[in-house]
Amino acid sequence: MDNIIVIAVLALGGLGLIAAVVLFFIASKFRVFEDPKIDEVEEALPSANCGGCGFPGCRAFAEATVKSAKENKSIEGLNCPVGGNDVMQTVGNILGLAVDATDPMIAVVRCNGSFAHTPAKVKYEGATSCAFAHALYGGEGGCQYGCLGLGDCVAACNFDAIHMNPETGLPEVNDKCTACNACVIACPRDIIELRKRGPKDKRIFVSCVNMEKGAAAKKNCEVACIGCSLCQKACAFDAITITNFLAYIDFNKCTLCRKCVEVCPTNAIHEINFKPRKPKPESVPEKTVVRKAETVDKEAVPAKEQIEKGDTKAPDAATEVKEDIKVTKE
Amino acid sequence: MGILKTFALGGVHPEENKLSSHAAIEVLPVPKQVIVPLGQNLGAPSKAIVKKGDKVKVGQLIAEAGGFISANIHSPVSGTVLKIDPAIDSTGYRRPCVFITVEGDEWDENIDKTDTLKAEIALTPEEIVNRIKSAGIVGLGGATFPTSVKLMPPPGKTAEFLIINGVECEPYLTSDHRVMLEKGKEIMVGIQILMKALKVEKAFIGIENNKKDAIAYLSELSQSYQGIEVVPLKVQYPQGGEKQLIKAVVNREVPSGKLPIEVGCVVQNVGTALAVYEAVQKNKPLIERVVTVTGKGVKKPSNFLVRIGTPVEQLIEAAEGLPENTGKVISGGPMMGKSLTSLDAPVVKGTSGILIMEKEESGRKTESPCIRCSKCTYVCPMGLEPFLLSKAAKLGKFEMAENEMIMDCIECGSCQYTCPANIPLLDYLRLGKLKVGQAIRNRNKK
Repeated sequence: MDNIIVIAVLALGGLGLIAAVVLFFIASKFRVFEDPKIDEVEEALPSANCGGCGFPGCRAFAEATVKSAKENKSIEGLNCPVGGNDVMQTVGNILGLAVDATDPMIAVVRCNGSFAHTPAKVKYEGATSCAFAHALYGGEGGCQYGCLGLGDCVAACNFDAIHMNPETGLPEVNDKCTACNACVIACPRDIIELRKRGPKDKRIFVSCVNMEKGAAAKKNCEVACIGCSLCQKACAFDAITITNFLAYIDFNKCTLCRKCVEVCPTNAIHEINFKPRKPKPESVPEKTVVRKAETVDKEAVPAKEQIEKGDTKAPDAATEVKEDIKVTKE
Repeated sequence: MGILKTFALGGVHPEENKLSSHAAIEVLPVPKQVIVPLGQNLGAPSKAIVKKGDKVKVGQLIAEAGGFISANIHSPVSGTVLKIDPAIDSTGYRRPCVFITVEGDEWDENIDKTDTLKAEIALTPEEIVNRIKSAGIVGLGGATFPTSVKLMPPPGKTAEFLIINGVECEPYLTSDHRVMLEKGKEIMVGIQILMKALKVEKAFIGIENNKKDAIAYLSELSQSYQGIEVVPLKVQYPQGGEKQLIKAVVNREVPSGKLPIEVGCVVQNVGTALAVYEAVQKNKPLIERVVTVTGKGVKKPSNFLVRIGTPVEQLIEAAEGLPENTGKVISGGPMMGKSLTSLDAPVVKGTSGILIMEKEESGRKTESPCIRCSKCTYVCPMGLEPFLLSKAAKLGKFEMAENEMIMDCIECGSCQYTCPANIPLLDYLRLGKLKVGQAIRNRNKK
């Protein structure tokens, strides 16, 4: 009985040994040299495999960076948008190269055609896909450039960073956005754009991509860019260009001075994460304030209505005026 | 009559509903303003050569072909060019259109407006093709492929048969039927012209058996013309598809991704044959066409001879108005037509009918999961697997869709018509075709 066990162990052990020796020689003969740095770089990357860098996955990006570092002594043009500057610094340290800091980006939805602004004119009951709606019937709203609201961008996002707002029918990007570009590619109407995140996430952009003449654009959407060029004239930094009746703000030139936002007659230029502005004395017509101050004593309710009617600025500006008046009343 | 011919694979037989088949063609009065879209044909849109304020006559060239696969556009009315601006067309998009305010009805001097039949064909084949090209004739069946391009086979290929499509397999539509009954003689001459241009000896006219009067009339006429034969066909949708018609009439199969000329056939619609006759013999460019206005709720289902650019609304008014419970208005037939987003959309060269659907019949039924009954596969006239293709397109697996030959789909809608689970198969097939088409074009560019 013992004999059988010994034979079995010896036979299998011997086979294993022979196989190991053969494999050792084959492995050393056909060994493919791979830079160990590739593994190190891959380790440093976020492993999201999102393709935001332009390569199919993190491994391919790591290979490309190591290759570029070896051949060109720089990794310029290669950037992991998801990892951002921190990850790129780590990658630079691994490869022994200095890495320039890049501006973090974020996806921006350039459409303001909510249900209220572009009410549905037709009804479609088939497949719900933006790509399909864009190709087949032009969407339910009247604007043929605006957001279709069927969520191809939401489906494309791997980071849970973009969601439809059921009230407006427009997608909204949150802070989880890594600027991987997936939603930009998914949008059939090129509405989503990657823009600089900006200092303290402050951004100014034209929230419209309608290239029709002003009258036609406004007919379908109250808040469309009509290409009036007031913003272009107001901008002191040449950041605004107008092509095809559509203003575009170059985020590299923009200094976030907000002059364009003030002059826009259709409120198509949006400011994000700015503090609500204080009412400037000259921006609020003095007459209205005085008149209201007089009438407030007699009839409180109609005065409020007048304030709202008299002030055509953004709603928050109007509430500020109201508060202001209360103060004067006291 | 024996066993009637039809195509081999698949097909469905929807309710025919040819409500307007006895309504003779009426000439619709010239509208006050026409909107002529610049992109009316398959291929490149045309380029406008008139500007604001120009005076135009009926039949005057207003836009030139914008490429090889493109067509001239002629003014359908006389008057002044109001503007060239984007206007909503049947696609639902605003695209460049020429607006013409109508003043009187003054025709170009070269056009022969008389009704006399001119049977002698004086022109050479090359002259015929040039005449057809300059007249801006496109396939009037609905695909609007420029006719002159079809008449110029690529080098090394010769046409053997001319097949005239009088099938009109779409339910409801009757414009081709009426044209065959009322303009039979002209069609015969048109076919002779096309035969001469293509240098073929034999032409077939395929007509479905639900148009017995047209079959009888054209068979009688064809006795006096050499080489023209009427082929009665079994009623089966989508027999009007080019590839299905070739299979039905001459029993040849067009290879995947190839054109009918590969098997020596050229297919033209009966309406196109009439337009060819008018262009070659009467010098009249394509400025009007027959449009069916029909639907179960329509008081007076009719066939109208309409100038291109007439707003759809006027056609509906002429058919005694939009019924109250209208659910949707379709440009084309119920199977392949496209819902209009606005009644301001104009009639274009490819508008074969305006179908008004009632609310009850226009809505989609609730979609339920696929039960793997494979009905869609049985009815697909191209031998595809619609359930697989649509799923692939839905999930974004476009490579798989391409390998499963999604580009062979003719978008006939038989699969969706027959699906017991009411899955919008055709929607996803169209999406898939679009994406795969883009990918193929990008690949070819590189």
